[in-house]
Amino acid sequence: MSQSSDNSSNTPVIKCESVYKIFGNNALKLLENSNGQVDAKTFQEAGCIVGVNNASFGVQKGEMMVVMGLSGSGKSTLLRCISRLTDATAGKIFIDGEDLLSMNSKQLIELRRNKMGMVFQSFALLPHKTVIENIAFPLQVKGTNTRESMAKALEMVELVGLKGRENYFPRELSGGQQQRVGIARSLAVEPDIWFLDEPFSALDPLIRKEMQDEFLRLQAVLNKTIMFVTHDFDEALRLADRIAIMKDGIIEQLDTPDNIVLNPATEYVKKFTEDVPREKVLKIESIMDAYDSNNSSSTKVSKDAIIETLAESILNSKEILTVVDNNNEIVGSLNPTKVIKVIFGK
Amino acid sequence: MLTNFKNSRPQQFSFLFIVFLLLYFLVPENENSLLWRLPPLLKDIPLLINTLLDNLMFKWLTVPVYDPDWQMYEDKPIFRIITRSIADFLLFLIIFIREIFLGGLQTIGSITGGTFKEFKWLYLPAVPWTAVVIGLFILGYRLQGLGLAFIASIGFFYVSIFGQWEPTMETLSLVLVTAPICFVLGLSFGILGYLSKKVEKTLQPILNIAQTMPHFSYLVPILVLFGIGDHAGAVATIIFATPPMIRLTILGLKKISPEVVESGLMSGCNRFQLLFRVLIPTARRDILIGVNQVIMQCLAMTTIAAFIGAKGLGFNLKVALNGLKIGKAAEIGICVVIIAVVLDKLSLAWANKQKDYFANLNFYKKNLATIYFILLTAILGVIAYFSAFYFEEGFNYLYLIPFGEGLTIAPILDAGVDWIWETFFYYLNIFNKFLITNVLFVMRDAYLGMPVVSTFVLVMGAGYIIGGIRSCIIVGALILFIALSEYWNRALITAYMATFAVGVSAILGIVTGSLCARNEISAKFILGVCDFFQTFPSFIYLIPVILLFGITDTSVMIAAIAYASVPATRYTVEGLRSVPSSLHDAASMSGVSNFQRWKSIELPLAFPHIMLGINQTLIFALMMIVLGALIGTEDLGQIIMGCLSRPNGAGIGLTLGIFVSFICLAADNLIRTWADERKKLLGIE
Repeated sequence: MSQSSDNSSNTPVIKCESVYKIFGNNALKLLENSNGQVDAKTFQEAGCIVGVNNASFGVQKGEMMVVMGLSGSGKSTLLRCISRLTDATAGKIFIDGEDLLSMNSKQLIELRRNKMGMVFQSFALLPHKTVIENIAFPLQVKGTNTRESMAKALEMVELVGLKGRENYFPRELSGGQQQRVGIARSLAVEPDIWFLDEPFSALDPLIRKEMQDEFLRLQAVLNKTIMFVTHDFDEALRLADRIAIMKDGIIEQLDTPDNIVLNPATEYVKKFTEDVPREKVLKIESIMDAYDSNNSSSTKVSKDAIIETLAESILNSKEILTVVDNNNEIVGSLNPTKVIKVIFGK
Repeated sequence: MLTNFKNSRPQQFSFLFIVFLLLYFLVPENENSLLWRLPPLLKDIPLLINTLLDNLMFKWLTVPVYDPDWQMYEDKPIFRIITRSIADFLLFLIIFIREIFLGGLQTIGSITGGTFKEFKWLYLPAVPWTAVVIGLFILGYRLQGLGLAFIASIGFFYVSIFGQWEPTMETLSLVLVTAPICFVLGLSFGILGYLSKKVEKTLQPILNIAQTMPHFSYLVPILVLFGIGDHAGAVATIIFATPPMIRLTILGLKKISPEVVESGLMSGCNRFQLLFRVLIPTARRDILIGVNQVIMQCLAMTTIAAFIGAKGLGFNLKVALNGLKIGKAAEIGICVVIIAVVLDKLSLAWANKQKDYFANLNFYKKNLATIYFILLTAILGVIAYFSAFYFEEGFNYLYLIPFGEGLTIAPILDAGVDWIWETFFYYLNIFNKFLITNVLFVMRDAYLGMPVVSTFVLVMGAGYIIGGIRSCIIVGALILFIALSEYWNRALITAYMATFAVGVSAILGIVTGSLCARNEISAKFILGVCDFFQTFPSFIYLIPVILLFGITDTSVMIAAIAYASVPATRYTVEGLRSVPSSLHDAASMSGVSNFQRWKSIELPLAFPHIMLGINQTLIFALMMIVLGALIGTEDLGQIIMGCLSRPNGAGIGLTLGIFVSFICLAADNLIRTWADERKKLLGIE
């Protein structure tokens, strides 16, 4: 495969090949001896802790990949390997086709200054800088002059809806507002890749919902390549194009939300999906049948619609509906009994 | 039975104590027996240090230096040139600051070449004291508010009208020179320690020794290296006050959340930007608390540095104490306390002040305080100029009140002291005699009658029980070093005084602390009292005790107990108050009485913290006991004091200082290991 940075749509923006992160003194040696077959227990006995265990995947341009796992599952470690806040023990990571692990510190700083942005769980704002100074910080570090960086930061303040508070200090803001500043800061350099490490976990449930909506709105406008880490399965389902579920450093399953809910790959994944209300996750597409022109009525529904949003009208209509795609072309038909099954069946 | 013994600390300690007692009574007093006293194998260490210093200063690595007076080249050792140029540089700064407050312009003149004295004719009047007081008012107001403004300005107003302006400004000039140097040094080493584990590991033991060594012990080597005078005082101060700054810098930087560091990295900071734009500003408060510590330590040390020729309040205090002019000494002591409180409050206010947003203010508004200060200084300068005509006869009181020309309460204080003596002498004397003959001397003889083998069994055994073989060896090695010197008996005397002082302080502190921790108001009050007593230099404690008990061991003991009770009380209150409220609720619902609550809930939980307090108590007590040599004791401190006037005192002074430090470190090791273990068991931290 070519490692040069061609921008064809096939090259993933982020690509991991057998990435390992093992903490401990003789991690590398143990890893070499194990031939890639890492067992967390044997490593723990040898005094090492396995953070990431053989992770391979790619993230396409504009895709939102959510990494989901409980605490200690290695999800944050994986994110830190890809942002190189920590060095992976083994494996290869490519950013836009360039080898991340072989970069020297100068190249790395350049990469972070231009291509990457990151949002942190505890907001990680600089306490001595105002909102606008915090947001302008990555630009100033880069060497942008004050006027330009302030103008850009002001733009960002407006984007995240904090206009009027630009001269506040972080200590004077609520948690939700602080995270808006964190988001604005991470976007100030207009990065292609956006890392979010449990950005909403420290917030109240109501604020969290509001921030997720805000986040989806932003992503609709910006269309970044995103790696989003969370321990909240509902949040993952709500936001993700694809979800990677991690346990003990291993990616148990990497798939679209629909497929994970419909076909959990392991027992562990199944435990998460059991209580998920399917109608809130599944799209019409996943329960439609092949198109049958005889029975179908003329009422049309989109294949990408979430079942819940249309359930009431579908059930009221009491007839088999026609399913269409984005271009209004017929792709299947939908029997209301299927909807009843999804909502009430097991 | 045996397994029971393995798990029971009290049983182990009782067994150890029995063995100790057996050895104590069985080993006969015999100067030739190794069980009684070890031979002084290490007695040459002071000599080695002296030879080393001698060679450094006079023999090794000489380079020819041109001497303009003799018009010829002379060989001088590099080391001596280095220390002397450091000394000259410091002296220049000190005199320069002094000239601002007291008048003169010799330093600037001397830049053109020549010594200060040649430029006596060059003179610029000082900033009038009225302007300094107003400046402090403005500074206090800007940092915190009217309260601090009044404390700062009234404090210095008092100092001025009582005729202590000159020595105060001399002391202050030392602080103003040394504190920034300590700050820069401490911050730099702190940053290095934060960045590199290796540096931190090397620094740690050096810091431990530096912070437990008595002030006096490095005065002598400094005397040898830098000569006598203000610059030597400054060097001693810098060595003494830098370690806490290093500690607090490392602590502050380590406290920064890792995510803030990561956010800096992800913003694309290089190392330099990360350090100066993310890490240091984020740790601002802890670093400024370090500055507060530095300033307080500098003030404490500049008073003690009077012994190697530093001018200022400490020098006058020393003279007054030597002449037993208690009234005068007390008056100077009050000034030292006032300055300590003002400096402490100002620097704390600075640390706690949060940055405000100024970008939308114009130049005039931003610099309002500075503008006012300059204007008022000019006005007061003019007033001082004209008042010179009014006060034609004597001194210009609006410009500078000379030393001893202000108000004085010394006669009243002296009369008060006389009255106390006349009224209470009889009772004080009975108490004094009783304490000395029936308690102190008995204890001293008991300590001196202790065979060396039993001491080691006790100390190393305690180490083994508390921290296993590691603690046992560390503690043993530290004590062995002292036992192999000529000064074992003196060390025993120091140990007895320390034991007595720590015992009484601990009981006093724990009782007071427990009583005051009962409710929030009294807890706050006692912590405030502790803060107040900790601000002033240890030197000051000696004044009232001499006043009451004269020059005896009792005075030293009482000063040590007063000084060392402060940390014991503080840590007890803090420990007891930190018991979580949910536990208190659980206890209340179980129906505990007040005493039960204290005994079975608060005390066990607060125990590790109280132990750390006892650790501090020991360090404080030892510092004061060594300082007590000033008024006559016969422990290690007395010899350290004596070294100041001995030609080859440097080696002995330094060695004995290290001994005192080792006693501290041995106790520190035991107490800390114990406290840490308890903490782990309780799941604290």
